[in-house]
Amino acid sequence: MAESAALQPDDIISITRHFRLQWEEVQQAHVLLYPEGMVTLNGPAAEILTRCQEAKSVTQVVEELQQAFPQDDIAADVREFLEDAYANGWLCIERAD
Amino acid sequence: MQTAGSASNGQTNPLWLLAELTYRCPLQCLYCSNPIDYTKYQNELTTEAWIRVLQEGRAMGATQLGFSGGEPLVRKDLVDLAREARRLGYYSNLITSGIGMDEARIAALKEAGLDHIQLSFQANTPELNDYIGGAKTFERKLAMARLIKHYDYPMVMNVVLHRQNIDQTEQILQMAEELEADYIELANTQYYGWAKVNRSQLLPTREQVERAEAIAHDYQERFKGRMKVYYVVPDYFEDRPKPCMAGWGSVFLNVAPDGTALPCHAAHQLPGLDFPNVRDASLHWIWHESPAFNAFRGEAWMKEPCRTCPERAKDFGGCRCQAYMLTGDAANADPVCSLSPQHAIVLEAIDEDQVVPPADQLPIFRSNKNSRQFVEAGV
Ligand code: SF4
Ligand code: SF4
Repeated sequence: MAESAALQPDDIISITRHFRLQWEEVQQAHVLLYPEGMVTLNGPAAEILTRCQEAKSVTQVVEELQQAFPQDDIAADVREFLEDAYANGWLCIERAD
Repeated sequence: MQTAGSASNGQTNPLWLLAELTYRCPLQCLYCSNPIDYTKYQNELTTEAWIRVLQEGRAMGATQLGFSGGEPLVRKDLVDLAREARRLGYYSNLITSGIGMDEARIAALKEAGLDHIQLSFQANTPELNDYIGGAKTFERKLAMARLIKHYDYPMVMNVVLHRQNIDQTEQILQMAEELEADYIELANTQYYGWAKVNRSQLLPTREQVERAEAIAHDYQERFKGRMKVYYVVPDYFEDRPKPCMAGWGSVFLNVAPDGTALPCHAAHQLPGLDFPNVRDASLHWIWHESPAFNAFRGEAWMKEPCRTCPERAKDFGGCRCQAYMLTGDAANADPVCSLSPQHAIVLEAIDEDQVVPPADQLPIFRSNKNSRQFVEAGV
C-alpha cells in the first residue's frame, strides 16, 4: 500500500479492502464509502472504479474501458485517474511477480 | 412526496446519521462531550424505533451511520441494528470505548455486517488511561484492539488530547502503530459538555499544542501509505473557527438516546430551540421543515461581523454552541474567530485555564451522580 512507486501496467489492482463502492439512488451517483468518509464519484470515475471491483491488471482495466468507449482515446486519462486513486488509498495493488 | 435526488428549498440531504443509542457508559471521561444533564434524556428509543430512524435516514440519502453514545455496546440490540444498517446499505461505524465487547460479540457484529470500529483510548499508559476515563479499562482496550484486527475490521484508534496526555503524542502514535490501527485520530478536546466543566483541568498550553502538532505532522509523513494520521486542531488556539458540522442542518443529523433530533450532538443546550423528537415526526419533516433545523441554516441568521464577511461560506461563522456557551448568544460569531468582538473571551480562557488549577479544584467526572446534581441545579 506504499505510495513510493507509481503504478506499473502489470500491477494487479482492486478497490481497497474495507472500502465499498455503491450506487446511491438519492444522489444519482456512485459513491465510495470508507471508515467515517465518502467520496461521490463523477461519471468517468465511476466507470473506472466499477471495473476495479475485482482484482485485475492496470492494462486490463485500461483495455476494458477503451473497448467500452472506442470513439475516444482515453488510455492516458484512465491511467492518470488510477494513479490518483491509488495515491488517495482508494485502490491497492498486489505486485504481479 | 419528493423525487429522489431533489431536496425542497435548495436544502441538502443528510449524509451522516449519528445514532446515539444510549447515554449509559461504564466510563466517566473527564472530557466526555455528552450533555452534563444527560440523565434527563434516558428514556431510550426501542429497537423498532431505531430501525425506523435508520430506514428513514437511508431513504433521505444518508450513507454514513455512526453507532455512538454513551457506550453503544450497552444496548443489547446492537447486532440487530448493525444487521439492519447493512441491509439498508449504510457504511456503519461503531464508536466505542471497547468496554462491553467480547469475542462472541465482535464476531456477531462482523457477521451482521458492521463495517468499521473506532476504538477510543484515553492515553497510552494504564495509569493515565484509567485515571482520565475514571475506570480500569486499559488492558481490556488492548485486548479489544487485537480482536478488532483479528476479525478484519478497519480500525480507527481515537485519542482525545488535552493537557494531561498531549505530551505523550509520540508514544500514542507508536502505540497505534503497534496495534496496527488503520487510522489514528488525535482529537484535541472540544470544550462542550463535561470538557467545558473541566476546562481548567484540560486546556493545554500553547507550547504543548505546538509540540504535539509538529509531532503529528512528522508522523503523517512517516506513516504515509500505512496509517492515516488525523490531527484535529484545538480550535481555541486557532484564529478562525472550525466549519462546524459543515454548516447547521447541512449534512449531519444526530439522534439522541431519547429520540431528540439534533443538528449536532451538543445542540441540546441551545435555548429557545424546540428540538423535534423522532417519536413525533418523520425524519424528513424534522430535517427539512422543523424550525430548529432551519434556525441556523444558510446565512440569514448571521450578525456582524459574519454577515458581511467573505469567509462566511467557508466556516459558516463557526460553532453555534460555542458562540452560545462563551458569548451568551448562539447567533454571534464563534469567539474563536479573531474578528469576533468577543474574541478576548477565548484568549482569557487560555491565559487563565492553562495554568494548573489549585489543588482544591477537583475534576468532575462524568457520572450519573454528578449529572443528577447538574440537573437539580438546573444547568
Ligand atoms: S467520552 Fe468516555 S464517558 Fe463519555 S461516552 Fe465516551 S467513553 Fe463514555
Ligand atoms: S467573522 Fe464570522 S464568517 Fe468571518 S471568519 Fe470570523 S467566524 Fe467566519
